[in-house]
Amino acid sequence: MSRPDNKALPATTGSRVPFHIDFKAIGPFVALIVLFVLGTAINEAFLSSGNLSNIFTRSSFIGIIAVGATFVITAGGIDLSVGSMAAFIAGAMIMVMNGLVQSIGPGVETVLIGIGVSIVLGIGAGAINGLVSTRGKIEAFIVTLGTMGLYRSLVTYMADGGTLSLDFGVRGTYRPVYYGDVLGIPMPVLVFLGVAIIGYVLLNMTPFGRKCFAIGSNEQVALYSAINVDRVKTLTYIIQGLCVSIATIIYVPRLGSASSSTGVLWELEAIAAVIIGGTMLKGGYGRIWGTVVGALMLTTIGNILNLTDAISNYLNGAVQGLIIIVAVFLQRGDWRRKKN
Amino acid sequence: MTNKKRLLGVTLALGLGLVATSALAADKIKIGVSIPAATHGWAGGLNWHAQEAEKDLEKAYPNLDFIIATAKNPTEQANDLEDLVSVQNIDGLVILPFESDPLTIPVQQVKEAGKFITVVDRGLSQPGIEDIYVAGNNSALGEQAGEYLKKRLDGKGKIVVLRGLPTTVDDERVEAFNASIKDSDIEVLDMKYANWNRDDGYEVMQDFLSRFPEIDAVWAQDDDIALGVIEAIKQADRTDEMFVVGGGGMKDIIKRVKDGDKLTPIDVLYPPAMIATAMGLTALKFETKAAVEGRYILGATTVTPENADKFYFPDSPY
Repeated sequence: MSRPDNKALPATTGSRVPFHIDFKAIGPFVALIVLFVLGTAINEAFLSSGNLSNIFTRSSFIGIIAVGATFVITAGGIDLSVGSMAAFIAGAMIMVMNGLVQSIGPGVETVLIGIGVSIVLGIGAGAINGLVSTRGKIEAFIVTLGTMGLYRSLVTYMADGGTLSLDFGVRGTYRPVYYGDVLGIPMPVLVFLGVAIIGYVLLNMTPFGRKCFAIGSNEQVALYSAINVDRVKTLTYIIQGLCVSIATIIYVPRLGSASSSTGVLWELEAIAAVIIGGTMLKGGYGRIWGTVVGALMLTTIGNILNLTDAISNYLNGAVQGLIIIVAVFLQRGDWRRKKN
Repeated sequence: MTNKKRLLGVTLALGLGLVATSALAADKIKIGVSIPAATHGWAGGLNWHAQEAEKDLEKAYPNLDFIIATAKNPTEQANDLEDLVSVQNIDGLVILPFESDPLTIPVQQVKEAGKFITVVDRGLSQPGIEDIYVAGNNSALGEQAGEYLKKRLDGKGKIVVLRGLPTTVDDERVEAFNASIKDSDIEVLDMKYANWNRDDGYEVMQDFLSRFPEIDAVWAQDDDIALGVIEAIKQADRTDEMFVVGGGGMKDIIKRVKDGDKLTPIDVLYPPAMIATAMGLTALKFETKAAVEGRYILGATTVTPENADKFYFPDSPY
């Protein structure tokens, strides 16, 4: 079902479009710019460097997870467990680091071991989702719905129904990972950018990426083309798990806590970011930069609603829903042709 | 066919139940405790206090047996009530209803089965079902916070409010708060929902901070939200400009109050330990001749550095 992007547009009559512009690719960017104009019109504080930095920093959690989701969805899968997985990994990290304070103190080693635990758990959780759905031949929707409940219960159990709080000494050591910056760019944004660039290269410039596209388009054909479908699909879930782990690593130092309400509905936000960015939900076509913009858009909408009291609090969800639908409609590109 | 089978099943179950009850606990008084599962901070505290009270009371009164059942939604809680009555054969019930309306009829049925009923926190929609009613005071929580802000700000200043979720609990608190600051020159810059969630509290506060150059105080209404708010204020480096009033009685916040943190001068209690109060009163009903029937409204105590020690439970998850 994928339509290659280099397909020439039908010869345009006027000279309005003198050079080739792919409206589908730039659609999300246009929508984001429109949102920014709207935000500025509503409150000039929107464009302040502090607010912009908030938006970019906040987007990084969902954004990083959504980069992973782009792989899964492009290869025709789905992962509903990411929000619970993030909460579970955050809880495990906090417990391990708190436990280490007694033996090796609240130093850098403790934080590094915590980060190591996160990466191992992320890859492991991804591998479980991938292997059970491919080898076990169970729909990914069901497998990840199951693991979603599993991780959510585990974190509630680990926290005794309450909240796991990171030791204050470790918090001091770990704090710069979220609150620090390099040349004025906040750390989470840098990590987000790094993950997006690696994701882009992997999806668009390697054989692995092309295999993801092929499997998402038609799994049978991919199988007959000697692609190891199970392995590639499992790898997409492992990439997703790794992305969740990276997002959690920068999430934990923010508030230093995890509870059963951590990461609720992140899976839907991540999937929404991917789809807003132009990736097809049924697979076969994925776009990392679109996903990045999608994540930014979701955060921006929430931010704009917080900057105004013109809209009743009760209607925030309605406005959010409308903007998402309109944004996706605008970037479909097909509506332009009718005009000509 | 199926009817016959079902009849057989019921008879069998009843038979087993009789054998079990007569063999195990012929002389034990059973009290069922039905509460929401620990899905957020406050409910986590509720579960912890229920378990602590169970231990303490069963030790004090060896012939009492408390049975705690937790539910994730009103339907599940209604099922729990049926099980408590038919399988466990309880003598008394302590319940914190998930929601008032859907649980009124199920609790009424337990009452009609001749059980002693104690209702906690959320009242039922019909009067006269419960024998004991124990509740925190949502209005007082809002009022106490409002009174403190008025006094501390000398009746004038700019504040922002972070609300919980759109529910009656939240409405009662906010209405009372508004009423208490009505006669002052305190200006509420804006109110937004932060869903009783730390992350949302953090983000909403960040946006308030970029929107308003001058904020004198924050009413966060709940301690989970307050924790997010505190981090946002610290990040913006505006800790000297304002202070935060939370609510609930979470140990992290009580600890800050106890340590004299300038950012959190007080906290207003809405104690999850109210479940222990209710269980204790119900135990008294069965164990003593004390008159316990009636309504108990717990005070919304203001926690200050002086009295914080009494409300600090380091072992509680909340």
